[in-house]
Amino acid sequence: MSEALALLPEYLSAHVRLTLAALAAGVLLAVPAGVLVTRVRALEGPVVGLAGVIQTIPALALLAVMVPLLSGLGLPGIGVLPAFLGLVLYSLLPILRNTVAGLRGVDPAVLEAAAGVGMTDRERLWQVELPLALPVVAAGVRTATVWTVGMATLSTPVGAPSLGNYVFAGLQTRNSASILTGCAAAATLALGLDYLVRQVATGLGERRRGRIAFGLVGLAVLAAWAWSVGSGPSTHGARPVRVGGKTFTEQYVLAEILAQTVRSQAGREATVLTGLGSTVAFDALVRGEIDLYVDYTGTLWSTVMRRPAAAASRERVLEEVSAWLQSNHGIRVAAALGFENAYCFAVRRETADSLRLRSLGELSRHAAGLRLGSDYEFFSREEWRSVERAYGLAFREKRTMDPSLLYQAIAARQVDVVTAYSSDGRIDALDLVVLEDEKGAIPPYDAVVLASSRIARESPEVMAAVASLDGRIDAARMRTLNRRVDENGLSAKAAAAEFLK
Amino acid sequence: MIDVAGLGRRYGDVVAVDGVSFQVATGELLALVGGSGSGKTTTLKMINRLVEPSAGRVTIDGKDAAAVEPHVLRRSIGYAFQGVGLFPHLTVAENVAVPLRLAGWPRERMAARVDELLALLELDRALVTRFPAELSGGQQQRVGVARALAAAPRVILLDEPFGALDPLTRDRLQGAFDALRRRLGLTAVFVTHDVAEALVLADRIGVMRAGRLVQIGTPAEIARHPADEDVDRLLDTPRRHARVVASRFENQP
Repeated sequence: MSEALALLPEYLSAHVRLTLAALAAGVLLAVPAGVLVTRVRALEGPVVGLAGVIQTIPALALLAVMVPLLSGLGLPGIGVLPAFLGLVLYSLLPILRNTVAGLRGVDPAVLEAAAGVGMTDRERLWQVELPLALPVVAAGVRTATVWTVGMATLSTPVGAPSLGNYVFAGLQTRNSASILTGCAAAATLALGLDYLVRQVATGLGERRRGRIAFGLVGLAVLAAWAWSVGSGPSTHGARPVRVGGKTFTEQYVLAEILAQTVRSQAGREATVLTGLGSTVAFDALVRGEIDLYVDYTGTLWSTVMRRPAAAASRERVLEEVSAWLQSNHGIRVAAALGFENAYCFAVRRETADSLRLRSLGELSRHAAGLRLGSDYEFFSREEWRSVERAYGLAFREKRTMDPSLLYQAIAARQVDVVTAYSSDGRIDALDLVVLEDEKGAIPPYDAVVLASSRIARESPEVMAAVASLDGRIDAARMRTLNRRVDENGLSAKAAAAEFLK
Repeated sequence: MIDVAGLGRRYGDVVAVDGVSFQVATGELLALVGGSGSGKTTTLKMINRLVEPSAGRVTIDGKDAAAVEPHVLRRSIGYAFQGVGLFPHLTVAENVAVPLRLAGWPRERMAARVDELLALLELDRALVTRFPAELSGGQQQRVGVARALAAAPRVILLDEPFGALDPLTRDRLQGAFDALRRRLGLTAVFVTHDVAEALVLADRIGVMRAGRLVQIGTPAEIARHPADEDVDRLLDTPRRHARVVASRFENQP
């Protein structure tokens, strides 16, 4: 808990920076756009419609879509920029819609009076329309404020730190204290910002200078704090090594192991950026936005290289993957950790016993009566097609859920079969039976540390430090580490330190 | 002096105002009377181009109104609105000062002028910091007239400025306004559907019907030689009411 709270200034300040910047940009874009569409009627449909369409995109998808979009434009695809742009887009609709409604709601008799006393269009806008629309516009800004604070927690998977780091890490490592910390902090921030914005808005509406000043000073103090925490000077002259990680327990632990190893053995500062989507992490490495992360040969083989799963040996796959990465992206395999984390099909022991299931071939005969649970990506991966082809599996029902919930689902009998990860500590903990892939439809999944071409070229000391991990973690070891976090409630950082001791 | 020549306004196929011509001499008050939809308000609004004429010309003190920017034209003409038209987010003082601010008056002169106008319309000094919603209907009407007079225009347009008031307040305000406009020598066009009000306030009356100016003249001229039977009946309404009222009082047991 105290470890979680120690991260609060970092996450909260990042969250505040992201939220305030996005809101400011949202107001600066949406209010003029609202004014414009009330002047040029033909624009109202398209503009308000577009903002509405953006709003219907699920928040997480909107952020995720920024990643390839920005990369395509040659801009940093992970980090603060995609999160910022996604949040700005999301904040537009409530502000735009309320600006239009506020301006439309001004009594036509008052508008005529404004023209009648000899105001120009501009004078009428500034002296009559905007002041009268203000309460409605302010309500839109308040809606946007609360939305933006909430949605900013989703910027963790695109690589922008936020209070969402508590939530995502907590969800993956089954740490409810962490999740609650993130939720409570985000809710408090939303209420606080809403309160300050309301002070400014009602102050303007009631023309009470004290209230306006109170709200503005509050916002300014918050902003000043957030930016001073965020832009602290880095401790070393050299740029810190950025270690990436995907969204499951093992990745949190391995990222910490890499970072701690780089610090202690290469003497370089290292930062950890976990919670990245699977292909987000790879793309980020290709572009040098992260320097190191752990991936799996089978994943690279099927998802990145798009090769069909052939019954190839671990060694051959590792060899081919290494060569392909080197020649296509200049990425180096810095170490093979020594364990596999393969997709595998697992069932409860009682299911295995009663149906006499030991292999996927036997599973295919019973699949029509069973429910399969899997993570978000499996059904769209090459491995699934390969398994379907090899065994002709047709389940009664297929359900997709967060990887961390798969084990709870099978334990609670909500599904009968799950796609598990072979290094997961919970396979043993829940006494699940892993079914044999006798036709080799699923490729081998050696855990390998990938290094960006720059780190490989410029930082031999980092490469050497990482190489020292080669073969150091076998499957039993990894399962233990995962269990320390998932079952014993250790933080990823502490588990990593324990391993390296 | 206002010269209106052949003024017309169409909305699609609907003719709202058709070939209206009249002149209002400097210092004179012309009342336009007529039923709803007779075109009197549209005619009034074409004088300061709140409605752009489809035909005809308006000349004010020898200058073609169409040749001036609309907001410049309107700043030189006072306008009191039907339904008041005060700005709800501004105080009484700020409402009255709007034309002064638009004309770029310095702050101190503005405050002095606002005081002067409030006194002129017998408004309590304590009202200056109130918002329109906090005033009675009569007070709002007075603030509306004060705003119309603020920048000391020589020409003023009034659209039912005393509508929706209780009879006593209305009577008092009419009296105050009459004295004021004579003292300031204002050239005024006044729209009303109340013939009695027109007879009390106007130097001349223009009777409108279906977008046309049916007759124009002093109250006495129109009463003596009405253009047709309808005009006769219209002008006779107040007297007919008076006779009915008188006979009721006499027949009381």
